[in-house]
Amino acid sequence: MSTTTPALEITDAVLELGDGESRVRALDEVSLTVQPGEFVAVVGPSGSGKSSLLAIAGALSHPDSGTVKVHGTDLRTLSRRALSRFRLTNLGFVFQSGNLLPALTSADQLRLAAKLAGTRGVDVHALLASVGMAHRAGHRPGQLSGGERQRVGIARALVNSPSLLLVDEPTAALDRRRSHEVVQLLAERAHQDGVAIVMVTHDRDVLEYCDRVLEMVDGRLGVPATV
Amino acid sequence: MFLATRELRFARGRFTLMGLVIALISVLVVLLSGLSSGLVNDGVSGLKNLPASAFAFDEGTMTDNAFSRSVVDGEQLAAWQDADGIAEAEPMGVNIVNGALDDGTQLDLTLFGVVPDGFLSPEVSSGDELGRVDGIIVSEPLRDAGVEVGSVITLDRTDVELTVIGFTQGQATFGHVDVAYLPIDTWRLMAAGLAEAGAPTKAQVADLDFEYASVVALLAEDGAKPDYAGIDEAAGTMHMTLTEAFNASPGYEAETLTLSMIQVFLYAICALVVGAFFTVWTIQRSHDIAVLRAVGASGGYLLRDSLAQAAILLVGFTALGVAAGVGLGAAMPASMPFDLEVTPIAIACALTIGLGILGAAVAVLRIVRIDPLRALGGQR
Repeated sequence: MSTTTPALEITDAVLELGDGESRVRALDEVSLTVQPGEFVAVVGPSGSGKSSLLAIAGALSHPDSGTVKVHGTDLRTLSRRALSRFRLTNLGFVFQSGNLLPALTSADQLRLAAKLAGTRGVDVHALLASVGMAHRAGHRPGQLSGGERQRVGIARALVNSPSLLLVDEPTAALDRRRSHEVVQLLAERAHQDGVAIVMVTHDRDVLEYCDRVLEMVDGRLGVPATV
Repeated sequence: MFLATRELRFARGRFTLMGLVIALISVLVVLLSGLSSGLVNDGVSGLKNLPASAFAFDEGTMTDNAFSRSVVDGEQLAAWQDADGIAEAEPMGVNIVNGALDDGTQLDLTLFGVVPDGFLSPEVSSGDELGRVDGIIVSEPLRDAGVEVGSVITLDRTDVELTVIGFTQGQATFGHVDVAYLPIDTWRLMAAGLAEAGAPTKAQVADLDFEYASVVALLAEDGAKPDYAGIDEAAGTMHMTLTEAFNASPGYEAETLTLSMIQVFLYAICALVVGAFFTVWTIQRSHDIAVLRAVGASGGYLLRDSLAQAAILLVGFTALGVAAGVGLGAAMPASMPFDLEVTPIAIACALTIGLGILGAAVAVLRIVRIDPLRALGGQR
């Protein structure tokens, strides 16, 4: 594919949640294009539709109307099985507080992700070293601090060299210093590896590392009044 | 199995507790299986070893304890001997007697009166073949009671003296009492009430005019399917196959039904306990599973992984339990009717593991219903 193919292209996406009286428009004609290597932050109050944006970008749900293309592929054209494969190989997820599996060591978290996608020859230790976690390869999540877990989570999301990284409130459980470290790390990955990142966050403190900041209010995406 | 084995190691405390329950259930299953085999052997090994394919009882005999109740006469015997498809039909006498050795050791014996040189005549492991008028062939385990070739057993009340001339190959018991084979004519002499104190003699037997027996033992011709019901009608008898005849042995049905019922309950408990454990375990890690599914793990992969986990747990701890059960069984005193047989234990293991996996399967099926959307947002 040509270098001009956007990593993520959302066009006029509408998503309604709930039914009857309590039906809400979580996404109201949202359009967003993210280029490879671009680090985009989406801020906004809770319930503004930030998580819904991640859900449709990550093919966890489909919009009621509008299209979502990841690296040129329209997600709606894929079968359930193909969608699972597609998530494994093209998308990376970083969840709140890492969401690591308690039974696995840091290195095994990465190995499992590689195994699920069938990716071979991943240098797990080099990847952990790149997020500054080489010394914690044999530790389980219970033995790691919040910031360390988040770093392992980022390394896990990068195992299968995705074209798009979706990041959900990465700093929610971290103090100020560690928040900066983690977001800085994400920015590095975007600029060095050319992976596109969409990060949803509350934390206006860390926006300095992002290339572009958007604000979500009541399901509408726009440029914030103040940054 | 990448995740399965690591989780087993990580949550080893919980899995060990569950495993110990499985192991204890397996110990019980093995002990019950040993006890059932033991009781069956104790109850009917004498019948099991007979080369007969069926028995004909007098018409209308109550099926419980039919062997000692039934009386067949010469005409009924002759009817079977002349019937089509029957290779052998011989009279057989069965009754239970009390006796004592010279040193005063008391013994119970089931007397099997059979035709010497006939098809029922037992193979001996030591001593002579059946034939001597006052000679009996007794069940091998009686050696432990001090019986030897040449021992004289005096029967209570009649003071008839019988001499042990040989031992059967292996255990031969009927209704938990050791079997003693003797010639049918000697059995008839005693059944007619004409046996005098002391050893029965050839002369007494020769004078006897008594052609009754308990049952007619039958051997079908190779490949033939005799019309049992039709011959029954003509002969005035009712037949039972060898296995049906087990139920005609004292207490057999009651014992085996009780034990099988306990075993069935154990299998059900195993399935339910394992199912309950994996239900809780799956709910506990449903957030982790949501994360894995969001990342792209297929439901099939997660199901296979969880079932493999259940299988490892079940196979490992069932093996442990069986080993412990067999060890315990080997330490049982000889007087306990306890026999470890490979087939029933293998079946019991297969059922424990199979039903356990079934329980786990029902529990882990909820994995496919876990919505990967749950991974987003911090809610647990």
